[in-house]
Amino acid sequence: MRITRVVSAALLTLGLAAGPAAADSTPSASPSDGDAAPTSAGTSFRTATEIDQGRTATANASAGDYLYWSFPADTGQRPTVKATVKLPAEHAAQTWQIDVYDGLRRRQACQHGAQTRTAAAGTESVELACVLRTVRAWSEPWADDPLPGTYYLRLTAVGVRTADLGQPVAAEVRVESKDMGGAAAVDGRLAEPLIPGVAMERRQDENENGAGAEAEEESGASAVLSAIEPDDGWSSGWWSDRWVWTASGAVLAALAGIGGYALTRGPGRPRHVPPNV
Amino acid sequence: MIRKQWSAMGLGALLAVLAAGLAFPAGAAADETTADAPKVNLVIDVSGSMRERDIDGQSRMAAAKQAFNEVLDATPEEVRLGIRTLGADYPGDDRRTGCKDTAQLYPVGPLDRTEAKTAVATLTPTGWTPIGPALLKAADDLDGGTGSKRIVLISDGEDTCAPLDPCEVAREIAAKGIGLTIDTLGLVPNTKMRRQLSCIAEATGGTYTSVEHTDELTEKVNQLVERAADPVVTPVAVEGAARCADAPALESGLYTDREEFGQERWYRVDVAPGQELRASVSVAADRAVNPDYAVLLRAVTEHGREIVRGEAAGNGRTDVISTGLRYPKPESDGDGGDGEEAETGAETVCLRVTNSFSAASGVKTSPGMPLELTVDVVDGPAQAADVASFGLGRGWWLLGVLVVAGFLAGVLWGWLSRWRVAVWRTN
Repeated sequence: MRITRVVSAALLTLGLAAGPAAADSTPSASPSDGDAAPTSAGTSFRTATEIDQGRTATANASAGDYLYWSFPADTGQRPTVKATVKLPAEHAAQTWQIDVYDGLRRRQACQHGAQTRTAAAGTESVELACVLRTVRAWSEPWADDPLPGTYYLRLTAVGVRTADLGQPVAAEVRVESKDMGGAAAVDGRLAEPLIPGVAMERRQDENENGAGAEAEEESGASAVLSAIEPDDGWSSGWWSDRWVWTASGAVLAALAGIGGYALTRGPGRPRHVPPNV
Repeated sequence: MIRKQWSAMGLGALLAVLAAGLAFPAGAAADETTADAPKVNLVIDVSGSMRERDIDGQSRMAAAKQAFNEVLDATPEEVRLGIRTLGADYPGDDRRTGCKDTAQLYPVGPLDRTEAKTAVATLTPTGWTPIGPALLKAADDLDGGTGSKRIVLISDGEDTCAPLDPCEVAREIAAKGIGLTIDTLGLVPNTKMRRQLSCIAEATGGTYTSVEHTDELTEKVNQLVERAADPVVTPVAVEGAARCADAPALESGLYTDREEFGQERWYRVDVAPGQELRASVSVAADRAVNPDYAVLLRAVTEHGREIVRGEAAGNGRTDVISTGLRYPKPESDGDGGDGEEAETGAETVCLRVTNSFSAASGVKTSPGMPLELTVDVVDGPAQAADVASFGLGRGWWLLGVLVVAGFLAGVLWGWLSRWRVAVWRTN
């Protein structure tokens, strides 16, 4: 049966070809393809380079540029942003600054860290840091608490002499975060993380499902404002260690209850009372 | 080949435009299929001063040529690249003629590397530095298509064609086209030139770089061409109204507009019950502004009641000031609302954007500053019923309280059952 052999061989090759392809397509949401950390930075919110937490991104730029990166931050994380700028050999005093904005482009306060720093004339580099507040699952719309979603990081020289404008500088940024655990677990939950353009994406997906291949082809090339996601996906917001605390509290209370009962009730029926009386 | 000969003959702008016209049909078919291909126009200064030998021991022109050759080799396939010269053809002293001297050396379209390189090789430093007119023409070269557009200006001197301020020209260009960015590179710059080139760059959200070495030039131009190839969401142009009633209705998307100093812009968004409106706005400082500024975004009902606002203020050097807001519309308004809208229908939320930028008296106020607005209407959040997640507890105090309460309950239960046994025995 030549035909069956051909068909099965074809199916096998197809399967083999499709296997890695399918595996490849899943992590495409992660900002950097493969393991390479990004080596450039965007110049606006729209063009911000997406970086992962825990990976050092670099960029060659000019003094005076506004450099933008974006990173994901999820519920319960307290992100720390660190930046190092290597300055050219000769320069006057320069003031550098990092600003962090959330997915709604609202400026986020730094709890501590040297957010702005002036490098004296001729210094080799300047180091900046910003420790954000803990990201919550929910907040009232009137508050600007950090919420899970995209965060933008802007690095720029806020004070630079005209003579130093355009000089080559090398920037290095890294975002790390500390897990704050259940202490920061609040009630309520956003339906979608605070990612700009998330509604557009959803609409596109729906169109795709409805209109089929044509729309799919179109969306293949289309860009999205932010396609960022943490390595292990957004948390559902359901789990926190409060469950463990509460449950173990209940167990301890039950044990204490039994103890208390045993203490007052005595060791059981009085000995001199015969059974079944 | 025809085109190459012509530019070598130096017939000037008219013929170059003609050449572009002739060359275009060849690339037209490709252009139609890729209307969103990114376009880059390299604008190079070929003025007399490019003869100076101060970049790594060779002349500025030679450095630029070397860099161009490397850039042409590295240009990504999908990028439509063009080259325009300024001051390449007229060696005379007449300012009027000298300031019109800009020509298209290689038309914006699919790149033929050999042809482009041959064209670049013919360049000899000649004339004036008409940056303003060259930018205007370069913007025309990039006309059409929906992809990102970028002009890379390489110059070694400030504009010699006053009163047309290239900085104003750049701003006009940015106001005209969507997503056009001008990046500038200054070869061995002086202070005045730095100021002018960085002004041009900042007017369009581009970058300015000083170049002292050939490899810096190559690396930077490559970086800029690659940046153009990155897919970017193109915003939709929209014009906000002066009051809510006339405002354009927006759906989820990315929009741009222009806003003058102190002007207010209104937009409308429909939000159904159970949905959440997310809006963020940024106003870019594309000209010299006073160091203290702010932006205010308010979500207002049709009747003028403020629902929520986002505000941001800043001072010092900046490219943009931005803020945002969230408005989750409750599932059912019940009787709690103002009775302003039908029970089930979508509510129209008016978004009002104002800025408090100001500038010194000499600075032009129109066209307004670029404004970018993101609107997302998503499902509403699950409201918090408690401060803690699901109202659960945590910590040693909780455990202590539970243990004590459990113990007391046990003791009480023990007493009760003892008392019951005692009662049963007496009976």
